[in-house]
Amino acid sequence: MKHKAASLYLIFVFVVMYLPIFYLIFYSFNAGDYMNNFSGFSLEHYRTLFSDYRLMRILANTFIIALLSALFATLIGTFGALGIYHTRRRGTRNTLLSLNNILIVSPDVIIGASFLILFTLIGMKLGFLSVLLAHIAFSIPIVVLMVLPRLNEMNPALIDAAHDLGANDYQVLSQIVLPYAWPGILSGFFMAITYSLDDFAVTFFVTGNGFSTLSIEIYSRARQGIDLSINALSTLMFLVSLVLIVIYYFLSTYQQRGSKKKRTLGTAVR
Amino acid sequence: MHQTKAFNYSVPYYAWLLLFVIAPVILLLFESFMDVHGNFTLNNYQTYFSSGTYIRMTFNSVFFAFMVTVITLAISYPMALIMSRLKHAQFWLMLVILPTWVNLLLKAYAFIGLFAKQGTLNEFLTFVGIGPQQIMFTDGAFMAVAAYVQIPFMIMPIFNSLVEIDQSLVNAARDLGASSAQTLRKVIIPLSMNGVRTGVQAVFIPTLSLFMITRLIGGNRVITLGTAIEEHFLVTQNWGMGSTIGIILIIAMAITMYLTRDRKQGGK
Repeated sequence: MKHKAASLYLIFVFVVMYLPIFYLIFYSFNAGDYMNNFSGFSLEHYRTLFSDYRLMRILANTFIIALLSALFATLIGTFGALGIYHTRRRGTRNTLLSLNNILIVSPDVIIGASFLILFTLIGMKLGFLSVLLAHIAFSIPIVVLMVLPRLNEMNPALIDAAHDLGANDYQVLSQIVLPYAWPGILSGFFMAITYSLDDFAVTFFVTGNGFSTLSIEIYSRARQGIDLSINALSTLMFLVSLVLIVIYYFLSTYQQRGSKKKRTLGTAVR
Repeated sequence: MHQTKAFNYSVPYYAWLLLFVIAPVILLLFESFMDVHGNFTLNNYQTYFSSGTYIRMTFNSVFFAFMVTVITLAISYPMALIMSRLKHAQFWLMLVILPTWVNLLLKAYAFIGLFAKQGTLNEFLTFVGIGPQQIMFTDGAFMAVAAYVQIPFMIMPIFNSLVEIDQSLVNAARDLGASSAQTLRKVIIPLSMNGVRTGVQAVFIPTLSLFMITRLIGGNRVITLGTAIEEHFLVTQNWGMGSTIGIILIIAMAITMYLTRDRKQGGK
């Protein structure tokens, strides 16, 4: 009986969590124009979506920003994690880590507003570059948090052994350290992509007029009311997320197998 | 030797710390002491504390964030508890995480359709005989959507702290004659408090600063600190006042972190 109640509750919460998403997907196939009265199956809204030149360009922008920012954030973040890893003094190390985490705990509006002040101060034009820089900036700390535990788990004797056997610093880095940290680096990269794809508030502050990402575009369209091509778009985005999370899931289980300490998937998010 | 080398590789990282972490906070603080013409002033803080509007807005914002946190916690704790006892717990956790990968704007947009005057929820209410209600642009709608968005971020940390509990402690409690309610109250809940604290932080602080949902769903009836900051920066262009509210938000955040800190000594 108790067991049954638990299962019911579980199902209920999952239904509530997924209902809005499937609701969006369901009505993307509606022949009518509103999110009620399903009047027949149609792919019309997908056709509208793909012929919407503006939206397609914004979609491309969004993915370019996501990939580029994730790439740079992963590069900078990985070497940042190495820097923290090599910092011997405990106090300095903790200070660096606290500084690193500031952007993770900061509310989006604060990040957005302070970046806006920064960009204005240095006289940067708001647009592609300011959005890219902002996305790199808020993705770096999560990369560090993904890579650093991996480095800490590494047996330091590995590095000493490599040095003893005559490897130079570059070889130690490329043959020992980076391969060992690779799963962490990859998860960091994927987290950075999702951070970028998901961001609305920071982008909203630093985007200026000409440049727009998907979140910004959906915001301005949603303020005008229902447009079912947005539903079609969300269906496609949902599929992309599904693919990404499957990749991420395999990466993290791979990482878990490789490490003695059990790390659960949930700690990685946000 | 290799230590200095690693430092060189890390230069961009340290530049990032300086330029995008330390500088913005200082700039925000400076800006909060500026008037619209860029002169030094304490007026922003004076206005904030003396005109009742800002104080009321802050209390409102804290109240809504508190309500959303309580609702989320009430839904999430039992959920995490049930999930932690399931066989394929990691799979269920993944199902919880998946919705967080759907763009926040799309989720808000879905609720516009659900809550609209002729929307699906109203059709349902008409069907069961209650009749259509005004749902959009109410406080309730705002809290429902905010809680919906935050639930995964509450479930995840609580779930993680629950699966980390040593099962033998639970067994020991049962062996010593504790009922399952007692085990829950005296063993499981205290041991999972860390997860609850993390969850509260992860929900309360972002809810204080939400501004998109307040506009799309709350119809500007609910003004959070975040909405006020956005308004001052992007609409009225009064950056000084916006920064002042930003500093208040940072202080609110610090207080939250302090109140929900890990009180045990010598932990990690």
